Amino acid sequence: MTATLLDYDEVLERFDPVLGLEVHVELSTATKMFCGCSTAFGAEPNTQVCPVCLGLPGSLPVVNGAGVESAIRIGLALNCEIADWCRFARKNYFYPDQPKNFQTSQYDEPICFDGYLDVELSEGEIVRIGIERAHMEEDTGKMLHVGGATGRIHGADHSLLDYNRSGVPLIEIVTKPIEGAGARAPEVARAYVTALRDLVRSLGVSDVRMDQGSMRCDANVSLRPLGTETFGTRTETKNVNSLRSVQRAVRFEMCRQAAVLTDGGEIVQETRHFHETDGSTTAGRRKETSEDYRYFPEPDLVPIAPSHAWVERLRATLPEKPAEHRKRIQADWKLSDEELRDLVSAGAVELVEATVAAGADSEAARGWWVSYLLQQANTREIELAELPITPEHVARVIALVAGGELTTALARQVVDGVLAGEGEPDAVVEARGLKVVSDDSALTAAVDEALAAQPDVAEKIRGGKVAAAGAIVGAVMKATSGQADAKRVRELILERCGG
Amino acid sequence: MTDEELDTFAGQLDQILSSVASVGEVAAADVPPTSHAVPLTNVFREDAPREGLSQQQALSGAPAAEQGRFRVPRILGEEQ
Repeated sequence: MTATLLDYDEVLERFDPVLGLEVHVELSTATKMFCGCSTAFGAEPNTQVCPVCLGLPGSLPVVNGAGVESAIRIGLALNCEIADWCRFARKNYFYPDQPKNFQTSQYDEPICFDGYLDVELSEGEIVRIGIERAHMEEDTGKMLHVGGATGRIHGADHSLLDYNRSGVPLIEIVTKPIEGAGARAPEVARAYVTALRDLVRSLGVSDVRMDQGSMRCDANVSLRPLGTETFGTRTETKNVNSLRSVQRAVRFEMCRQAAVLTDGGEIVQETRHFHETDGSTTAGRRKETSEDYRYFPEPDLVPIAPSHAWVERLRATLPEKPAEHRKRIQADWKLSDEELRDLVSAGAVELVEATVAAGADSEAARGWWVSYLLQQANTREIELAELPITPEHVARVIALVAGGELTTALARQVVDGVLAGEGEPDAVVEARGLKVVSDDSALTAAVDEALAAQPDVAEKIRGGKVAAAGAIVGAVMKATSGQADAKRVRELILERCGG
Repeated sequence: MTDEELDTFAGQLDQILSSVASVGEVAAADVPPTSHAVPLTNVFREDAPREGLSQQQALSGAPAAEQGRFRVPRILGEEQ
């Protein structure tokens, strides 16, 4: 069923969008939130489980102190207040992804509340996004739906559960309503999630990979007629799993809701599924209210009361904020405002830094990430960081070029090889035979051959028309499949012609 | 339910209600609800992995299992 959409400009003529973003960040602690099971990714199903995370009778949870510290550090980085006393709560629901029949979460006493994050838009403007809360909870198990055509729940015959992920620490970060963004609402949503990702990554508490599910975004969108105050009914688009998708999902919901409202219809409060293929959303379940979850304080876990000293100790561990960090690299790498903005909007800051840390020159590193590699990412419609090439690979390619072992053209072929999964740069050079032919005797032979093939050109060069050498250089490059250093070839031609 | 049973249960129900109501006499507005009987806070665990159950042990109590996973009947309704 295709939804009717109102043209974006028309949406904005009539309506004012209000957003609310809920982001789940999976912490990279070694163990789960309430038991000592490993959180390592990729293990055989149900091998990182214990009586606690399987919800077996008689088991008792104990809080992972590192998880609490990560939560507090995220809260501090988001300029939040830290609760001096708070509890966990049971969120009761009946669904097999949680074997306990409840998720251990926090309800009315989040550990972090009332903060903000300053977000930079592409034009350089700063928007302040209010943070309602950041609370601790746990992830659910992974479901596999069997017997259906598409692996989806509909039409499945039965489902299979792997509880390795069940109990992995999550921090849920909820914004205050984002009002007044107007036409830029989709961009603001994306910019916020980008800034949050960079911030959390800088804290080193999560690898925040949206493509791998360690950061997930739910986007709440509602519309109200322009000039009115009361919020409209909202929908919640679940699990939007890339930055680009966040932007698309918000825009789609704005256009869809506007069409429904303009047609005299009503928005139903529901969850919606986002579809990567066409950027659309479809109806999910009717949204439960918090009453449906029968929250109550978790009796098996004692309250958490972070002391002032503890919080201050954690505050002292906060790294430089991404915005300040950018100012510093701008100075270090001598970038113009525009160059910095390109770097940031490409999502390349950390990648370039890592490439520099691996020994590359900052300008060369920047050149690779924001031009050739960015093109590759755009072609594949993925984020730069999702390209299957590491900063170490790029640094190695840069070193090979700097050492004269590769020309820029050859280096691109090496990068193509790495992106195609052919292995490390050196392995690609080897397998594809891409080394610059620096052996003078081989080059000289190729030069002699080319001169012999074009005697008239050779004559001109001997007669002093050095410019004519270009044709011979071209022939040699062709003969060596572009693997010769053009400058050296030229020198050899002139040498052979007695220049 | 027979009339006899109804008479028995009606009496019991009355007793239960009045017993529960007596709690209200103590729980005044200035007494906060208790969630924990012991006044403890900040009980934490080191972030050090501990051996859990093997897959076989984990699935030993499962009514059905398949591909190393717990098998559950078809789930009605929407994905959570």
